[in-house]
Amino acid sequence: MNYHWNWGIFWEMSPEGTGTYFDMLLAGLWWTLATSALAWIIAFSVGSVVGVLRTLRSGWVVMACNAYVELFRNIPILVQLFLWYFVLPEVLPAEMGRWLKTMPNAAFWTGSIGIGLFMSARVAEQVKAGLQALPRGQWMAGTALGLTTAQTYRYILLPTAFRIILPPLTSEMLNTVKNSSVALTIGLMELTAQTRAMQEFSFQVFEAFTAATILYLIVNAVVTLAMRWVEKMAAVPGYTTGH
Amino acid sequence: MKRLCLIAVTALLLPGLASAEELTGTLKKIKESGTISIGNRESSVPFSYLDDAGKPIGFAMDICAAVADAVKAKLGLEKLDVKYTAVTSSTRIPLIANGTIDLECGSTTNNAERQKQVSFTNTHYLTASAFVSKKANNLTKIDDLKGKTVVSTAGTTNMKQLVEANAARNLGINVLSAKDHAAAFLMVETDRADAFVMDDVLLASLAASSKDPAAYQLSTEAFSKPEPYGIMIPKDDPAFKAVVDQATADLYKSPKMTDLYNKWFLSPIPPKNLNLNVPMSAALKKAFANPTDSPDPAAY
Repeated sequence: MNYHWNWGIFWEMSPEGTGTYFDMLLAGLWWTLATSALAWIIAFSVGSVVGVLRTLRSGWVVMACNAYVELFRNIPILVQLFLWYFVLPEVLPAEMGRWLKTMPNAAFWTGSIGIGLFMSARVAEQVKAGLQALPRGQWMAGTALGLTTAQTYRYILLPTAFRIILPPLTSEMLNTVKNSSVALTIGLMELTAQTRAMQEFSFQVFEAFTAATILYLIVNAVVTLAMRWVEKMAAVPGYTTGH
Repeated sequence: MKRLCLIAVTALLLPGLASAEELTGTLKKIKESGTISIGNRESSVPFSYLDDAGKPIGFAMDICAAVADAVKAKLGLEKLDVKYTAVTSSTRIPLIANGTIDLECGSTTNNAERQKQVSFTNTHYLTASAFVSKKANNLTKIDDLKGKTVVSTAGTTNMKQLVEANAARNLGINVLSAKDHAAAFLMVETDRADAFVMDDVLLASLAASSKDPAAYQLSTEAFSKPEPYGIMIPKDDPAFKAVVDQATADLYKSPKMTDLYNKWFLSPIPPKNLNLNVPMSAALKKAFANPTDSPDPAAY
């Protein structure tokens, strides 16, 4: 292959004049982390609520929540971000649309919320599956003890359900980090966007994408290790799940 | 039997070896495969883009067709197949580096930084960084952008010039990035950004193909001296570069070049039959009279 390798490129000044190419990638990494963190907070909280509601014995609540999940998980994330960013401000009343468009860091907020809602549908599926995996006797025991529905979920069902679904939740967290790269389509200069910018400026494609690969691997390895630790801390002695 | 095979193989190989002797690199590959691979863009109007039938056409594609003819004549081939591969700004460098494409025909800026990785043949266009905005906003000079929201495409020299001008002139511009030219233009269309900084010729084509071409205007002030566009070829292949340079120089100096320019910049072009109406600049006229592959804007 006729390619001119230059691994020293990272320490050269980027043409944007704000630092080296490595600084450019770090700035991107920061946005990736911020977007993933906010998106995950949204995904976990909204997803948990929707997931729980889907196991209630109320027909219309279950139906509404099923509709929510199907809507958010069946439309590609790329399309969803485009709709949030370009279409939503146009269909809102003019005043609100203008406010959305002139909001500082609009790409970050739109991206985080969009990815968060997309991922929340997947979290809701996991939470529902976790709750359904519990023996029905647990629910009955709670009722027999005179606990309200909320108390049954809070003290009996959710503590075990969340322990069961910790491994798939880790996967969803990793997916959130990876999906944050889609926000580049609405102009968020996160890690992948900065990598592409570096490639355009320097023409050192392989070096740029190697660095991005390594940075993503490190971030996700840290997430995986942290979640393993959480799993260990949360384990109840003598109670094994999922075996 | 074995010996007979050996003789047959040797007999087949010998003439091939004799004539391919002086050929190396890309020329050798083209001769052996009987195919030249051209990288085309999909939406770089009017340089290289797809028509209604999905066929790559454009100003740069016509130039590359002339190059392919010259390569065919040089190699003494009876037939040379032209294979088209669609490339994007992300894939064009690896595809040139690994030999998937021999020429990239589009609107790639030729600069010194990039010449460390690839080579360029003679400049086929010169374009300066300008901005497009809605006429209603009445923005024509760079200073008019003070305090405005301005978008440019991520990873372009235009973005760099915007950031520099913003700092140098203390304009307090809110700079946005977009993934590609279409997304950036959409931001101006939907009032997310007041202006879009890009190569003037690309802005002209984006505005011309928009829903309401009359609603947009180009700035009268440019961010930079015109920068050269070149056809990208593999680096360190002097034999191939010599053939391509000769072919483009012959074409540029001939009267055919004026016709070619008029066809793409001063007449209605597919798919919407729009006329970009961009007359040939004095600098470009000079660059066609004295073809050069210099990456330095000051050389033009």
